[in-house]
Amino acid sequence: MNPVLEVDRLAVDIRTPAGTVRAVREVSFSVRSGETLALLGESGCGKSMTAQAIVGLLDPVAHVAGGEVRLDGTDVLTLPPAQRRRLAGPGLSIVFQDALTALNPIQTVGAQLAEPFRIHERLSRRAARERAVELMERVGIPEPRARAGAYPHQFSGGMRQRLLIALAVALHPKVLLADEPTTALDVTVQAQIMELLRDLRTEQQTALILITHDLAVVAEQADHVAVMYAGGIVETGRVADVFAKPRHPYTRGLLDSVPGEVARGTNLKSIPGSPPDLHAVPSGCAFRTRCPLATDVCAEQRPPLAEAGQGRMSACHHWKELADD
Amino acid sequence: MLTFLRRRITSSAIPLVVVILGVFCLARLTGDPANLYLPLSATPEMRAEFAARHGFDQPLLVQFGDYLAQVVRLDFGESLRTAEPAATAVLRAFPATLQLAGATMILAILGAVVVGSWAAYRPNSVADRVASFTSTTAASMPDFWFAIMGVLVFAVALGWLPTSGTVGAAAWVLPVLTLLIRPFGVLVQVVRGAMVSALSAPYIKVARSKGAGEVRVVFGHALRNAAPPALTVAGDLTVGLVNGAVVVETIFGWPGIGKLMITSILQRDFAVLQAAVLVTAVTIFALNIVIDACYALLDSRVRQGVTA
Repeated sequence: MNPVLEVDRLAVDIRTPAGTVRAVREVSFSVRSGETLALLGESGCGKSMTAQAIVGLLDPVAHVAGGEVRLDGTDVLTLPPAQRRRLAGPGLSIVFQDALTALNPIQTVGAQLAEPFRIHERLSRRAARERAVELMERVGIPEPRARAGAYPHQFSGGMRQRLLIALAVALHPKVLLADEPTTALDVTVQAQIMELLRDLRTEQQTALILITHDLAVVAEQADHVAVMYAGGIVETGRVADVFAKPRHPYTRGLLDSVPGEVARGTNLKSIPGSPPDLHAVPSGCAFRTRCPLATDVCAEQRPPLAEAGQGRMSACHHWKELADD
Repeated sequence: MLTFLRRRITSSAIPLVVVILGVFCLARLTGDPANLYLPLSATPEMRAEFAARHGFDQPLLVQFGDYLAQVVRLDFGESLRTAEPAATAVLRAFPATLQLAGATMILAILGAVVVGSWAAYRPNSVADRVASFTSTTAASMPDFWFAIMGVLVFAVALGWLPTSGTVGAAAWVLPVLTLLIRPFGVLVQVVRGAMVSALSAPYIKVARSKGAGEVRVVFGHALRNAAPPALTVAGDLTVGLVNGAVVVETIFGWPGIGKLMITSILQRDFAVLQAAVLVTAVTIFALNIVIDACYALLDSRVRQGVTA
């Protein structure tokens, strides 16, 4: 089966007072219907920027500087705005991070959930409202008919996130991006939201791209993972393979820093240093200044994301040394 | 909604009585009307007779009590100058002011929404800078200067427009323009600021992610959220206009409430002055209630008294 979404050498630039910086470089990945791909990385690594570039909702200071985003083979980045809007919902859809501010405070949630049907299916107010109520019921809002007339501030954080998910899946998107959908929520609510996303993915045969910094979420939810560092992808593969035997030193550092069975009193492991400022990314490999395996070649040549074993890729000159461990 | 309105109306009653008391006392500080209406040679007997006829010989408190009792019966007294009921004089002048203020504010708000939204849509663009420069200039324009220059250029030199009067559309152009320019400038800046922050709110991205067109995003989602600050300022500016655009009404000979107030102060025509202020005050209170009702309609949180 062909991938429904292919991202090919995507690059995003941001204008800052200190000059233009490249926030996303050479990002390529693909995802198939019914599959979940996790985009894993620390804050500021460019994962949200990548998601916003894919759905065409970058902030005004950022713009796509190169690459293609192909939905069913068509590059959406070159489509005229009106055609692109037609895909927003049924083609590509996104669940935003901050459920507390992502709903319009002065419209009833019923009206907001009805909007996709009003725009794309040109339904009447009444018919769209009916569909909105069905959606609310599907995502587990109790008493949906009565609650459709309520305003966002009358819902809890978890319920608002459910509403946002309902909004994103209203038109059965081919690809659903979820940008840290559970970060703002209580731990107990997080599990329910992830379960809802998983059920909807299976039900609608949607390709799900899960953007997260949470290794546990990746392990539980995703089929494939793409690890991002300083705007680029450093490793991809099946989650089980990557987590069992990472083939990039950054991935290994992340996995090592998970608190496991550590004796009381010993320090938790961490990666030395901190991610680079985008204004001063090291030459060659961006990770080399924090990498235990770094050699001269790492400073001279930027390692391309290349085949590193069956169905996986790594952007490291020394991945074989990790594979031999 | 009805309880909301009832609460607002009852809470306006006390300030209204205070306003009446204030005007009543201040008016009597302008001087003794007898000096104006009786000949210089008037004898003390004539003066006493004049004061007794109009009740000015009573203690101030008694006068005020009598006045309040009259007002409750909707009797506002008679003009000293023309002997016609004060209410008649005020109600004759007030529509002219209301029409002028109404036309001005409608144009100012419409213009400011269009220009302010357009500027906010692309912050720091050329359009935005032009709008900012124009609105700052407009907001700082002295209206009496603009009025006089307008008369000089368009009425005297070019002869396109009349210098004064209310007859025909042409007579409206200069007064409305003069009154419009400052509210327009102020409102453009308020609308722009509110729209810039509304358009950068997360729910705007969500609206776009649904495939909403730009018109729907700007006017359907952002503008309603940006409305409250603009409404506050527009309400304030309207109050200023209803109060009587004294300068503009004087320059253009517009027979409105501002002109009437000035005349009645100069004539020590207390009954007319009091009636004019009272009608204006009631209108302003009503206007504020309307504005509050608008907030409540716009935002359910106000309606329910939620502090979110």
